[in-house]
Amino acid sequence: MDGDQVKAWEALCIEEQPPACSAACPLHVDARAMAEKMAAGDFTAAITLYARVVPFPAIIAHICEHPCEGACRRSEAGGAVRIGALERALVEEAYPTVRRSAQRARKPKRIAIVGAGLAGLTAAADLAMKGHAVTVLEAEARPLERLRHDIAPSVLPPSAIDADLGALIALGIDIRCGQRVTGGTGPSSLDDLIAGYDAVLLAIGPGPAIQFGGALRLTSSGRLDLDPQTLASSHPAVFGSGLHAGDGETYSAILSVRDGRRAAVSIDRFLQGASLTANRADDTASGTCLYVDTARHADVPPVQPSDPAAGYCHSEAMAEAARCFPCHCLECVRACAYLAHYKTYPKRAVREIYNNDSIVMGNRKSNRMIDSCALCGLCETLCPNDLAMGDVCLDARQSMVKHGHMPASHHDFALRDMAFSRSDEVAFVRHQPGHDRSAVLFFPGCQLPASAPGQVEAVYRHLCDRLPGGVGFMLDCCGAPAHWSGRQDLHQEVLGHLRAVWEEQGRPRIVTACSTCLKQIGEFLPDIPVASLWTELAAVGLPEGAPSGKLAGPLAIHDPCTSRHAHDVQAAVRSIAASLGAEVRELTGAEKTTCCGYGGLVSFANPEVGNSFVDRRIEESGDDFLAYCAMCRDNFARRGKRALHLIDLVFPEADDPAARPDPGFSGRRDNRLRLRRRLLRELWGESMSDPVPSVALTIADAVRADIERKLLLVDDIAEVIAEAQRTGRMLKDKASGRYTASGRIGTVTTWVEFEPVEGGFVVHRAYGHRMQVEVKS
Amino acid sequence: MTDVSGGAPDLVCARCDKPLEMRKVEASYLGQTFPVDLPCCPSCGFVYVSEELASGRMLKVEQALEDK
Repeated sequence: MDGDQVKAWEALCIEEQPPACSAACPLHVDARAMAEKMAAGDFTAAITLYARVVPFPAIIAHICEHPCEGACRRSEAGGAVRIGALERALVEEAYPTVRRSAQRARKPKRIAIVGAGLAGLTAAADLAMKGHAVTVLEAEARPLERLRHDIAPSVLPPSAIDADLGALIALGIDIRCGQRVTGGTGPSSLDDLIAGYDAVLLAIGPGPAIQFGGALRLTSSGRLDLDPQTLASSHPAVFGSGLHAGDGETYSAILSVRDGRRAAVSIDRFLQGASLTANRADDTASGTCLYVDTARHADVPPVQPSDPAAGYCHSEAMAEAARCFPCHCLECVRACAYLAHYKTYPKRAVREIYNNDSIVMGNRKSNRMIDSCALCGLCETLCPNDLAMGDVCLDARQSMVKHGHMPASHHDFALRDMAFSRSDEVAFVRHQPGHDRSAVLFFPGCQLPASAPGQVEAVYRHLCDRLPGGVGFMLDCCGAPAHWSGRQDLHQEVLGHLRAVWEEQGRPRIVTACSTCLKQIGEFLPDIPVASLWTELAAVGLPEGAPSGKLAGPLAIHDPCTSRHAHDVQAAVRSIAASLGAEVRELTGAEKTTCCGYGGLVSFANPEVGNSFVDRRIEESGDDFLAYCAMCRDNFARRGKRALHLIDLVFPEADDPAARPDPGFSGRRDNRLRLRRRLLRELWGESMSDPVPSVALTIADAVRADIERKLLLVDDIAEVIAEAQRTGRMLKDKASGRYTASGRIGTVTTWVEFEPVEGGFVVHRAYGHRMQVEVKS
Repeated sequence: MTDVSGGAPDLVCARCDKPLEMRKVEASYLGQTFPVDLPCCPSCGFVYVSEELASGRMLKVEQALEDK
């Protein structure tokens, strides 16, 4: 896989973008995670998240301007989450659980911080946590004097200040009050601090600082001249608080904290001799492109505290926290059985897939995950950035095949079925009887002949009747299984064959009954004119006397994933169904249709996920389903859903076509064989003999379903029994009288337990394995 | 008495009419070979693989080898 392409895919998924609250916070507090913990009642975990980022949890909870609330997306559905009030409730209940312990620095440095405001003390806390020895010098009698003066105790209780200061001092910070630092030289001068400490931070608040003009460069207005990003002054060991550099900036508690943190990062980097500018993660709060579908959520107004002065009690805080959605994109994950099964989202999945591809030695643990995508395109339709997981998985599959890492078992059966459909036993092409050229070539695909062979013949006769210039017939495969399984060489071979036959037939227009064939031919053989049977039928008209109005109830229409963007086909199907008296109801609509489990061969590589796709779809409506892909219809039938194919409406064969069972893999093969024989015999007058079955088998329904589930074929089972009869190589169970025989067919050893009865055999069970066993010679 | 047939006490080779016995056999997949003990016909060497083995331990090994 191409690393640049993988990065481009990863970049399209925005699920890891921060939520709006966190993006708006100067400290990037993860209010989403906090609210999730609080909603679950885990206030200790919530305050741990909060206090990890906020150096003064009690103070900031009370006086932060809470820009998070201005950005909160809940504002579009009832009102922003009251994050400030939640923080206060957290502090009220869980403050004593906050634990902080400083790292032990290998080489502790001495740092002097001038000014015990929020900026200075934030830097002090951050640097002390790094294990440095921090001394704070404050001119006033008490630290944080400004907060005590300027903010009413009703807003910021003195107890909150005392609690946070106590925690700070517990970190070992030496706060010396009544110590004014001067310019010039002498004791308590800046020069003295520069000489006595490894670094100095001037967190002296806004206003001129001309007293330091001798040691440091000042701006024209007499303030410290600081680099806005790093807060470095003209002296390498001296840093300043950023607010000091700005003109006319209004006071903000949270911005003071951010400036102190920014200065602390620079000082720590300076002390380590690292770059002050490289890869800084503390840039000013920026936006986020996390997509959130807020319309999914009903309006819920903010919780009102029963005692507004006291704020939220525990249960009120939990209820308010539960108003957080929380913000996630996950548009594709919600709709996709595959992503849901693997509990992942595209960005993470793409990374996992690329890592799997890059393994040189060791287990490729994601092979099955890669082969479990239906390649159905729904994620791309739903994604705000059009990321298609199918493109990623297909690319990975092609790489696996190319490097010999594709597990054989995932696609063997489907490819064997494809080979059968393309073999001389099944595939054929003819001009319309009595014609030596074809204006149109009818290409029913593999699965409709396998599911409804009689109706394929009926529709072919109808097309011959209505279309001029000769309608040829071609039974063959479009190569979708080769494409989906990442077998590029095989896919090219199929396409080359299709093109050659099309040329031989005089380059006719192709009409196909299969949505997948339509898409495959359109995409990979774009110069071949191809149309859907359904648009064709809508144009030429339905057969005379086509029945109408016999349906018992409404039909929920399921579009195949390969018709997701085929608007003309979708419209033709609906108009045909309506003209036959069906009341058609939409499920998700064609564009957002889901896979039936066959797409991308998922049901072969991962039957559980394949079934999950189809079962989720079945859950959507109790109405009988109307499909126009044979594989979709058969999969619904297999999972117990009443479903009919559009062709059942146009050319009805049974009284209750929605009850038609899934023919299964063995039945599909038989149907294809039979259709070929009957068409060649009846339409083209060719002599075809029905094959004599090697052995007559009786198989109970439950056993047959088990055989299907194990991807074994009845023909193969018959062959194993016939071979055992010829050679005598089998085991006998003395107790039951049953026999057990095995045979290697392709890459699978098939075992059959059977019992001879009058005129044939009863098959009791069959199973297979790929490993070969033999007695050591 | 020890069951030497590997969980298939009633199975006999239909051709040789001999009960199966546990033997060392070679199991191989994707170019890897391991010795395993499986019930065999002592006369013609027909090796029996039960469904439990095929869908259990053997399947796990097959899948592990496929993901190597």
